[in-house]
Amino acid sequence: MSEPSGAAVVIIGGGVTGLSAGWWLARAGVDVLVLERGIVGWEASGRNGGGATHVYSPFGLEEQRLWPQMDDLLGYPTEYQPRRIGVALTEPQWALARRWAEIGEMRGFRWESLDRRQLKELVPIVGDNAIGGTYLHFGGHANPQRTVQAYAWALQDHGGRILQHTTVTGFTVRGGRVTAVETTRGPFGADTVVIAAGPQTGLFADMLGVALPLAPARVEMIATEPIPLMPTGGVAGNGLYGRQTLRGNLVYGGGPHEWVNVPDMAAPEHPNSPLVRNLARRLAELFPGAAHVRLIRSWGGVVENTPDGLPVIDRLSDPDNVVLATMSSVGFGLSPAAGRGISELVLHGRCLFADLAALALRRFADTPPDWRERAGWVVADARLAETR
Amino acid sequence: MSRRVNEERPGFPGALRALGGVGGHVGAPHVIDARSLTGKAARPDRHVPLVVVGAGPAGVAAAVEAARAGVEVLLVDEHPVDNDMMAMDVPLYFGGRMQPAVRNRSLMLERVVESNPALAAAAEAGVDVQVGTYVWAAFVPGPTFRELDGPLLGLADERRSWLVGYERLIVAAGARDVVLGFPGWERAGVMGAHAAAALLTRYRALAARRMVVLGSGEVGLRTAALAVKHGVEVAAIVEVADAVRGDDKAARALADAGVPILTSHTVREARGRTGEVESVVLVSVDGEAKPITGTEREIACDTVCLALGLAPSVELLALAGARLRFSSALGGWVPEIDGSMRTSAAGVFAAGDCAGVHGGRLGDADLARSQGRLAGLAAAESLGALRPAALSALRASAAVPAAAGAEVHGHWRAWLRSLIQAGGWDVNVCQCEEVTRRELVETRPPRYLAWDSAPMSARNLGTLLRDGPINQDQIKRLTRAGMGPCQSRRCREQVGLLLAEATATPVERIPLPTFRPPIRPLPLNVLWPADEPPAMREDWVSWFGIPTQFSPHWEAGMAIDEPTAHGRLIVSEE
Ligand SMILES: Cc1cc2nc3c(=O)[nH]c(=O)nc-3n(C[C@H](O)[C@H](O)[C@H](O)COP(=O)(O)OP(=O)(O)OC[C@H]3O[C@@H](n4cnc5c(N)ncnc54)[C@H](O)[C@@H]3O)c2cc1C
Repeated sequence: MSEPSGAAVVIIGGGVTGLSAGWWLARAGVDVLVLERGIVGWEASGRNGGGATHVYSPFGLEEQRLWPQMDDLLGYPTEYQPRRIGVALTEPQWALARRWAEIGEMRGFRWESLDRRQLKELVPIVGDNAIGGTYLHFGGHANPQRTVQAYAWALQDHGGRILQHTTVTGFTVRGGRVTAVETTRGPFGADTVVIAAGPQTGLFADMLGVALPLAPARVEMIATEPIPLMPTGGVAGNGLYGRQTLRGNLVYGGGPHEWVNVPDMAAPEHPNSPLVRNLARRLAELFPGAAHVRLIRSWGGVVENTPDGLPVIDRLSDPDNVVLATMSSVGFGLSPAAGRGISELVLHGRCLFADLAALALRRFADTPPDWRERAGWVVADARLAETR
Repeated sequence: MSRRVNEERPGFPGALRALGGVGGHVGAPHVIDARSLTGKAARPDRHVPLVVVGAGPAGVAAAVEAARAGVEVLLVDEHPVDNDMMAMDVPLYFGGRMQPAVRNRSLMLERVVESNPALAAAAEAGVDVQVGTYVWAAFVPGPTFRELDGPLLGLADERRSWLVGYERLIVAAGARDVVLGFPGWERAGVMGAHAAAALLTRYRALAARRMVVLGSGEVGLRTAALAVKHGVEVAAIVEVADAVRGDDKAARALADAGVPILTSHTVREARGRTGEVESVVLVSVDGEAKPITGTEREIACDTVCLALGLAPSVELLALAGARLRFSSALGGWVPEIDGSMRTSAAGVFAAGDCAGVHGGRLGDADLARSQGRLAGLAAAESLGALRPAALSALRASAAVPAAAGAEVHGHWRAWLRSLIQAGGWDVNVCQCEEVTRRELVETRPPRYLAWDSAPMSARNLGTLLRDGPINQDQIKRLTRAGMGPCQSRRCREQVGLLLAEATATPVERIPLPTFRPPIRPLPLNVLWPADEPPAMREDWVSWFGIPTQFSPHWEAGMAIDEPTAHGRLIVSEE
């Protein structure tokens, strides 16, 4: 292997955000290099629920426009499936499901209300505890692991490069610009740098003297053995998000998160907790017809949140050749659009297809440094945190 | 801790500004995120100083030794496992060769207990013995999991699950058969040697009349002898190497009993008109494990028993945080242990086959027992139940004999090469997910996606290898090999060996795929908790419960609040 060299655009982090941005740039003929600490998609991007229904976002319309084309655009399967069904077991749950639907309607999408009978026809495993639901003619879901790999391969097919098992450790800053990123494999020169390192994005911002308020948290999901395919796999409710995969597994998450710290660049652990039992319970409540189905797997993931739970996609003014990109724990579904937006920030200094003002960093200018403590978003046991 | 509910909605960042107005930080109220795990972490239904998992010779010896030292011990073993679990080839490769009697749970309980007199002795020594009980997880606090006071085990029977806290854990979970496939290995009747032994001796419910045994090492010879003893006809022992690998005397005894041993042979196919095995086609191989055409022979049998070797059952050890290392002479991935059977995880010990298994050790129950005693003593001592001096005296009497095995993976690779050459590439490597050897090395997306594209066809293990070392978890995600209900018990080793073979990588360089809970496939309505703390239900949200997270960007301030979320902060003053 020849000595790896720098690139016009160096992207830190091979999750969906960095890979999608890299893919859009490579498609545009830009010389791009993605540096990934481990294997592409090994963090949140390969561990999420695969949901792609975020019409509320500035990227929402582009998300909805792009997903049905992604398999073709990438040349690899993402397992994207259109449409979503919301199941309600209580009146408040139904109100929430309708709320989601109405937000879609405001953007021009169609939806229908379902009574119990209609719901049971579409989702045979719901029970008599369901009071109704929603059928969204928009939204959808895909397979995160397949999607991550599809981005990575498509990026390479367009001439982009990915270096796995390469940890970025710092920057060389000269004349108000980042001229190189430093890594465990030596420095890589760059004209522009995109920081899409998930929970670690805040550490990198810090190195550049920029305060990016981010709190990492651990979340969990469960997966059952396959059951017969339902006509629509994108069914959720009862405080769960998830889907039936095209293989037939029910894959769901939800419930309490645990605020954690990621003090360095090392990969965090992703353990499960006894919460998997509570998830099992809620899934069986949602689908009484599947209560006897076996759980065969569970996993955890670490995501990061900004104080308002919205992404920060912004180009810094100083140094002026750096783009920050954190999706604040909701970045899988939006990734086709977010990556495109980031590529435009790199190429044009602004996003051409959407107004990203709401996602600018300056909204946190007044956020106090101890915001996590004030919000209660801190690790459980500070004493333990110190001894570990 | 007194809890006061702050009725004000947090709605960041507005709330942050409001909070910013709280002023003086000293003595500022301690805020808890009501939607987080804080205060909701599961509590154990029971707490025991020492739990021993596995009631084989090692586990029983460990439990008895610790109980004698005055430690309260819980000994759990999953046998008898229920019929549904057996039908999934969990925890052993039963291959559908159970007699209908296994559905009779009380009868099986009786037999399993009867077949293991040591259990009664353990109960007499004061050990709390629970059989028919699965251990499906270990939960351990860690850097990203602090909401747990101490380690827990998830236990379950066929009706419910519960949590047990422990101070010390001794894992004596035994070993599992190494499985390599061939055309027709999906048929009922293809099974593993360990499962055959369990069905013969513990359940007395093996539904086999005429068996062909694959492998002439210690496992193969013992399985054949056991089968003969229980009146099962052994039609042949098949060995890919050019000589018997196990003990000469044992081989001669079998030959004298009329059991043919076919060396330099491999399997071409298991046949049958129904879903059952009715015969197996064997073929001679040359020095390169290549089949010699024209040498096929078909042998009638209802069972093909894979006795190629054993892999230590390390899944619980891995979940409990024990570091694993690769040792081919010990069967593959084994826990790092010290002279007292201590693993790298605090308070966790390993004993018996799960600490490493090889031919010379097989059937040497004394060795397993000494390891168990050592672990039991060391656990007791670490709990303060024994004085160190007493321990060293006892330790001398329980010393583990140094037993070095031979490396096994080279032999398994020879078997695999012969099976590939005899059976081809279009043979399932993963039965649950129906992934063939070819699909694995071509990293094909699963067939149900019916995906074809030029770029996809250009991708394979070779192109992946250019991007970094082969990782079995990554291959799993792409091909689904190992993602099925048997939880990769039937394919973990063969996928690893095939990846090694196809990429010319030493097996030990392929990282062990991760284990995740539940390590036994249990139904949702068994795993679910009977009751939950009210906060778990009341504050449950699907995702964080940050009101501004999903609010429409075009209507500033419009918040989406999940119904179970109360949009509140809990403030406590201490
Ligand atoms: C359980 C779970 C369920 C979810 N469900 C959904 C859902 O249904 N829909 C949805 O849209 N979103 C969902 N999400 C959120 C979504 O997965 C994430 O927002 C998204 O994957 C973020 O992608 P990313 O590329 O920004 O970050 P990441 O996936 O975290 O990627 C960052 C990458 O940077 C690398 N990195 C970090 N530090 C360094 C360094 N120093 N040097 C080099 N590389 C480094 C990491 O290894 C990692 O691969 C879920 C997340 C989880 C965990």
